[in-house]
Amino acid sequence: MNTRRGSQITGGIWKGSMVGLLVLLCSVSLPAWASDTIVVGSKNFMESRLLAEMFAQLIEARTELTVKRRLGLAGTQVCFEALKTGGIDLYPEYTGTGLVTILGEPPMNEPTAVLNRVRAQFLEKWNIWWIAPLGFDNSYALALRRDRAQALGLRTISDLSRIAPTLKAGFGYEFIKRPDGLPGLQQTYGLQFKEVVGMQQTLKYQATANGDVDLLDAYTTDGRLSVYDFLVLEDDRQFFPPYDATALVRGETLEQHPELAAVLSLLTNALTPERMRIWNLRVQEQGQPVTRVAREMLQELHLLPHSKPPSTLNQHRDTQSLFAYMWNMRATLTFRTVEHLGLAGLGLLLGIALALPVGLMLERWRKGAEPMIRIIGMSQTIPSIALLAFMIPLFGVGTFPAIMALWIYSLFPILRNTYSGLRDAAPTVVETGRALGMTEWQILRSVRLPLAAPTIMAGIRTSAIWTIGTATLAAFIGAGGLGVPIVAGLQLADVNLILSGALPATILALAVDALLGWIEHVIKPRGLDPVR
Amino acid sequence: MSRLALETRHVSKQFPDGTYALQNIEWGVQEGETMALIGESGSGKTTLLRLLNRLTEPTTGTVFIQGKSAGSQDPIQLRRRLGYVPQDGGLFPHWTIRQNVCLVPQLLGWAPKRQLEQVNTLLPLVNLDPAKIAQRYPIELSGGQRQRVAVARALAADPSIVLLDEPFGALDPLTRYDLQDQFLSLKTRLQKTMVLVTHDMSEAFRLGDRITILKEGHIHQVGTPQEVLHSPATAYVHSLIQHYQAQGG
Repeated sequence: MNTRRGSQITGGIWKGSMVGLLVLLCSVSLPAWASDTIVVGSKNFMESRLLAEMFAQLIEARTELTVKRRLGLAGTQVCFEALKTGGIDLYPEYTGTGLVTILGEPPMNEPTAVLNRVRAQFLEKWNIWWIAPLGFDNSYALALRRDRAQALGLRTISDLSRIAPTLKAGFGYEFIKRPDGLPGLQQTYGLQFKEVVGMQQTLKYQATANGDVDLLDAYTTDGRLSVYDFLVLEDDRQFFPPYDATALVRGETLEQHPELAAVLSLLTNALTPERMRIWNLRVQEQGQPVTRVAREMLQELHLLPHSKPPSTLNQHRDTQSLFAYMWNMRATLTFRTVEHLGLAGLGLLLGIALALPVGLMLERWRKGAEPMIRIIGMSQTIPSIALLAFMIPLFGVGTFPAIMALWIYSLFPILRNTYSGLRDAAPTVVETGRALGMTEWQILRSVRLPLAAPTIMAGIRTSAIWTIGTATLAAFIGAGGLGVPIVAGLQLADVNLILSGALPATILALAVDALLGWIEHVIKPRGLDPVR
Repeated sequence: MSRLALETRHVSKQFPDGTYALQNIEWGVQEGETMALIGESGSGKTTLLRLLNRLTEPTTGTVFIQGKSAGSQDPIQLRRRLGYVPQDGGLFPHWTIRQNVCLVPQLLGWAPKRQLEQVNTLLPLVNLDPAKIAQRYPIELSGGQRQRVAVARALAADPSIVLLDEPFGALDPLTRYDLQDQFLSLKTRLQKTMVLVTHDMSEAFRLGDRITILKEGHIHQVGTPQEVLHSPATAYVHSLIQHYQAQGG
């Protein structure tokens, strides 16, 4: 009987949502950071990943601790929030960034003074420790092609300031905003460029080499400076504060695991800018895996025993076709796909669990409907990456905040369609039901809901596609999923790596849409569709 | 004087903007008669019908259903005792014809066997073959068939009063004529009290035992077709009759 079928379906959706909620609660209550597990984080650029991987391997080799990696978190803010809230235990940070970006203090020039300042402030404010300065300073620098520099007679940034109004700069987004980046540079040197273009890390090197832009901001340890033969302009007024690379560690973690401080101290002053540039280069330009380069660094420092690397890691990325590459990566990709499906699926199920009842409620309480839907609709206007970032102070990093963000994202299409589908369901039919003595509840259950079912399903489908798409961004806050290869691939300008995440994500979206389309077909009440 | 099945006393219906849909209506329908309600759009005829099953509440005055004040009764229970046929059938598109006909019996909690018997009695009454049609969906039926199902549904719980809101208005003229014929024979067999809203003068004359003519919220005349035809009470009724006769009615 059709009425019963209708209520069974809603019952089914309910049951499904409840199971989803249970799974979520279980996964939350699991000790994600059990006390003998150390979570190492990194920012989303290569040197940060490399140093983090080095920390991780050293800790694994020299302690009994289990290490979990959350590499490639989106920027300083996300990383530091994660550290403060305990989402990660340590990550590589630079003293200058700590001083200027995190503490918001004016830049200082003397490296020891900067280290002392951040040590004192971080300890007092957050019980966070700067340990083991690694021995190299990865400062910002301005650089341009050597032949261009010679032709223009440029050696220092002061030289540059004279001809800057004729030049076009390709700068990273963070550099454009940071007080120790472009704004401070403009104050100190009075720099005014003809044009400043915001560019992604990898692209600005190519753009400068091609002459599309005249100069770029670079990290002094970036290996690509030597590959492209760029000249680093001398910071003759010593504007850029020192950026000594250091491990930034939670005090609580150090109290629980004092051995951690001892092990990390092995790295104190162990690295030089020259060696760092070469290692960075091996990852950036030669496409060697971060894990392998990190291991060889530790071996070179005699902190790990030498061993032959497994041959599979030797494959060079450019020599493989996309499908061969994806086939080789199939285990990882399968795992990432399952992870992705879990993120998006839980977000969607929670979305259904909330939006469906709220939609039903609003149909009964129409005065509140439009304002309510508008408020939920506003969540859609928050850029997804920003929404993910907002979750970090509340929920830390990893799977949980990502699911929360996806949940918020999934609400609107379901709510909108549930409400308007119920409200607009065949008015004359609804009126007849009322005239023949059905209660409002009976009308809702037996008339509105079955007639609105296709509209509601359409909302769920829209939501599913959005959620699967947005879940690729969850990698930025360390939640895993198919965004991981995409984010890493963007940094390495590795098309195969990007596609190995993007392609499965697209297929996943299409497959889920097809599945939901089939469900829509099944629950669509008979009699609405003359074809059947 | 026979007992009034439906009655309104001093009934007015005022809209929030202050205008009146109905003003001080004193009106009654006798047990077993068919009363046609005729008027233009906005005359108040549909509002009057909706007052009877409490889809609309009067601003002032009282509606009586079989001698009892409608306002004092539970609207849900009241509506289940009143048959109702809307203009476009109002069948539930996702229910079979059998389910549609059984709506009110099901709401009243009849046993399934009794519901089924009722379907097999009612569909032939409106010239439909249960074996052919009971398991089909409304979309598979013609407009005339759907309207007959709507009539069967209105009669399903054997109400003594049936309200019809322009039941044949949306049909083509031939089908409409056909259904009016069937309605007439049904009416004589069933002897139910019926109120039929229409804007078609010939339909009112054919089907109504008496006719109520409404204009702008006021009753201009209540009478048998003969009375209305031969002694129109107001200038408006007179013009209606002239217009009707000019069209060859």
